[in-house]
Amino acid sequence: MSNSGKYLKIFAFSYLVFLYAPSLLLPIFSFNKSQVIAFPLTGFSFQWFETLLYQDSLHQALKNSLIVAISSCILATILGTLASRATTRYDFKGKQVSLTFILAPLILPEIIVGVSLLIVLIQLGITLNVWSVILGHTLLLTPFSIIIMNSAFNNLDISLEEASMDLGENQFGTFYRVILPLVLPGIIASLLIGFTLSLDEFIIAFFLTGTDTTLPVYIWSQFRFPKKLPTTMALGTILLIVSLILLSLSEYFRRRTSRSNNSILEE
Amino acid sequence: MSNQVEVQNVIKSFGSVKAVDGVSLEISEGQFFSLLGPSGCGKTTLLRLIAGFEVPNSGNILIDNKSMDGIAPNFRPTNMVFQNYAIFPHLNVEENVSYGLRKKNLSKNEKSKMINDSLDLVGLSGLNLRSSNALSGGQKQRVALARALILKPKVLLLDEPLSALDKKLREQMQSELRHLQRAVGITFVLVTHDQEEALTMSDKVAVMFDGKVEQIASPRELYEKPSTQRVASFIGAMNFTNGKILNSGKVLKIKSNILGEFELPMNQISGKPTDENIEIGIRPERIKINPVKTNSKDLIDGKIIDISYFGETTYYKLKCGERSETLNVSTQNSFGQMDYKIGELVKFEVDNKSIVGFYS
Repeated sequence: MSNSGKYLKIFAFSYLVFLYAPSLLLPIFSFNKSQVIAFPLTGFSFQWFETLLYQDSLHQALKNSLIVAISSCILATILGTLASRATTRYDFKGKQVSLTFILAPLILPEIIVGVSLLIVLIQLGITLNVWSVILGHTLLLTPFSIIIMNSAFNNLDISLEEASMDLGENQFGTFYRVILPLVLPGIIASLLIGFTLSLDEFIIAFFLTGTDTTLPVYIWSQFRFPKKLPTTMALGTILLIVSLILLSLSEYFRRRTSRSNNSILEE
Repeated sequence: MSNQVEVQNVIKSFGSVKAVDGVSLEISEGQFFSLLGPSGCGKTTLLRLIAGFEVPNSGNILIDNKSMDGIAPNFRPTNMVFQNYAIFPHLNVEENVSYGLRKKNLSKNEKSKMINDSLDLVGLSGLNLRSSNALSGGQKQRVALARALILKPKVLLLDEPLSALDKKLREQMQSELRHLQRAVGITFVLVTHDQEEALTMSDKVAVMFDGKVEQIASPRELYEKPSTQRVASFIGAMNFTNGKILNSGKVLKIKSNILGEFELPMNQISGKPTDENIEIGIRPERIKINPVKTNSKDLIDGKIIDISYFGETTYYKLKCGERSETLNVSTQNSFGQMDYKIGELVKFEVDNKSIVGFYS
């Protein structure tokens, strides 16, 4: 018993090390003075972060990424909210089938999604730019939004909507005064997760980006120049921290939906 | 008193299940009306039809002689207290109570006076700013009541409002609800599966089984003169035994295994006669047990085979008659009441006026 417990601990510990140690190398080397990525460290420096300030192509890529991330997380959240509302509240023919198809991008390899989207867009004669990336990312993010919004809507007691109608509100008033405030934490969580996923997404962006490079595609292109590696690591560090903050925030909001709605059901 | 609510031959099906199957009833103004029945009998569906949350397949519902056909819940003169109260969790007590006032053009002063008045009415004065998540079950119940009553509905619909409360609080709320109803004079329609609740609170009760109304009567009539065996066994406890009709006329002569020959007036009998068989119902508290040495030839012999003690009452199980039928007897443990033991031989008598007969 105690033996197996010990092995489990060792296993869990090494698992976490393999999972997170590589990510920790990123911030360590981004503060290292030397241009060469190798131990021992040669000294503490902010220089690689400073060089970030003077790279116009990087700024352009950041701008593209922000446009893509913001647009696609909003689009996906709108679509996800509507789809989730429809599937949690109403019964209709083909509900399960359509839901499965909408959720499919979750398990489809991104490279397949990317390639097929590329073929379709080229066939349609659409030029590749930020908009094509937004389109691809919306497709990718909508399933995540549906999953988050499903739990928000499932926790929403239907009698609250009926009570609102009963007290004289119409459908719109009920949505605005009851449904929206109660699923709002879910919407915020969906926006934040969508934003983070889009900001970090590489494969689909790589296929659909055309000339409007997004940040991950830009980073990838920088790896060809060993000189620029520390700068790229500094950029990666920033991205890592931003992602962590956004994901923690979204987790906080996601939990708030289920908590605030569950407390009504407790009694 | 005029009819406030009229339900005319309403049918509502869900798929192949007829939840409400041709119900007609009338509810007078200011009445405390209960829909009583076991779960799945369609009582909640009927309430939701009156509220407008369900649309009948056929039939009509009138409130104040106005057809409710095609009128949405938010335009009906009804308000509802939901089973789980449906208190808006993101709003505090005051915001919950004033939820329905938004569309009415009221000044701030009028509004806050109405809020405070209705909170007073349900005994929640001063809790205006309490978060709804910090309310107990009983308080949520009161907020739900205040929220509905503030709109001065013509009919207040209550969907099993007390079922989630513990016994003590439930009994307290029963009498409070009754007082409240008398104070505001609004017609109350209560859905409940608890026969005791229906009897103590209502002016009139409709007993429902399988989507149909079986009997509509005052609580006393329902208990003392149930129209069918189902109603009789659902409301309180009743002993059933069969008998044979020996004659015809205004007063029937009946022979039963337990009671021997006795007479039963027609007004104590329900249903349509078929053959000479009749089912006889006797309430447990209408049987009196006497010591075996009591000297009277009208008494019937029996033997006590089981005893359940309930504090203020004791239930005895009696074995009697040629076929060893059992009768349940309840006695009040009041001053001077005799105690009997299991196995003891006794003599008992039945209050003939309280016997009911059902043609089988």
